[in-house]
Amino acid sequence: MHEGNSPARLKKVFTNGLISDNPTFRLVLGTCPTLAVTTSAINGLGMGLAATFVLICSNMVVSALRKVIPDKVRIPAYIVIIATFVTVVQLLLQAYIPSLYESLGLFIPLIVVNCIILARAEAFAGKNPVLASGVDGLGMGLGFTLALTLIGVIREFIGAGTAFGFQVLGSSYEPMLLIVMASGGFLTYGLLLGIINLLTESKKSHRQKEAE
Amino acid sequence: MNIFLFMISCILTNNFIFSRFLGCCPFLGVSGKVSTAASMGLAVTFVMTIASFVCYMVDQWVLVPLGLLYMRTIAFILVIAALVQFVEMFLKKSSPAIYSALGIYLPLITTNCAVLGVATLNVSAEYNMLYSVLNGFFGALGFTLAIVLMAGVRERLESSKIPKCMKGFPISLVSAGLMAMAFMGFSGMV
Repeated sequence: MHEGNSPARLKKVFTNGLISDNPTFRLVLGTCPTLAVTTSAINGLGMGLAATFVLICSNMVVSALRKVIPDKVRIPAYIVIIATFVTVVQLLLQAYIPSLYESLGLFIPLIVVNCIILARAEAFAGKNPVLASGVDGLGMGLGFTLALTLIGVIREFIGAGTAFGFQVLGSSYEPMLLIVMASGGFLTYGLLLGIINLLTESKKSHRQKEAE
Repeated sequence: MNIFLFMISCILTNNFIFSRFLGCCPFLGVSGKVSTAASMGLAVTFVMTIASFVCYMVDQWVLVPLGLLYMRTIAFILVIAALVQFVEMFLKKSSPAIYSALGIYLPLITTNCAVLGVATLNVSAEYNMLYSVLNGFFGALGFTLAIVLMAGVRERLESSKIPKCMKGFPISLVSAGLMAMAFMGFSGMV
């Protein structure tokens, strides 16, 4: 991972964020929105896309200013940049998608303190060129969106018997309300993490056996 | 609502972690040992109480008169970042003992969403100054309670047999889920 904008590297940066370093399932960052807004698939998707927008913009601006910002005040500077874009998202959502704005509520301004965004500014955008930083933001953001939507789909399916708001299971299905409540968020996320660990481990040991 | 009921609701029924999901990152990251969890809780309580007070003043006396409500997020996060820095400098000078106990946790608090969360909650619920500060203080006590309990559970988990794929974060999350279920029992109280 060195300087440069070669297509091969950009592709690697992108898949890195999407899969191998997935912020939710691999790095376990940004857990608050992951747990709080995933009561339905639409909310998870909306939150993910809002965070992706902020992540791409803040990564590119941080990267463009990386030689101007003094090292000592870089964290406050990053936070101001991030907060600016969060305000932009907040106003856009309020104007154009008020229903999503209502259901995400408190967690839109809280994108400012989403650790993924600050972590990418610090770990990637502060050291890399603008294009690569934008791609990193896109990969990480979509990885986050994917994870949130997945958790949202599972919780909505079990907790309400619907998918993206459409009735899937018949009306005889008794919704398991626990899953859309607070403790269900922790349980779903924890079990999913465990399953993903199990899958990657068995894949790894499978590869090792083949190598032998 | 009287103050006692408000306290119960902040600490137990509307617990920051178990019902509002605010401050989950430090909750999962710094809950390895009871002693460090307690220090983190103390630092958060300190900052959250002061932040509620200062953000209330900034909101009422600067942002509202000037009609700059859309600047709330930026103003609050700057106030919090400055406040954390200030608290750090103040503690370093005045009480090195507390500083060395809290030292590394203080900078982390800037990105603790519970702090920005409480400031935003206070303005959206339109609490007056007393209730804003109480909300910050009791909310932080609830956070401390949760993180210390969690650290106790995790210390026990260390020595128990857990499938390899569930070690670390997954089992912590599942335990947190079970604890949240217990906290749901308080929901009818207020």
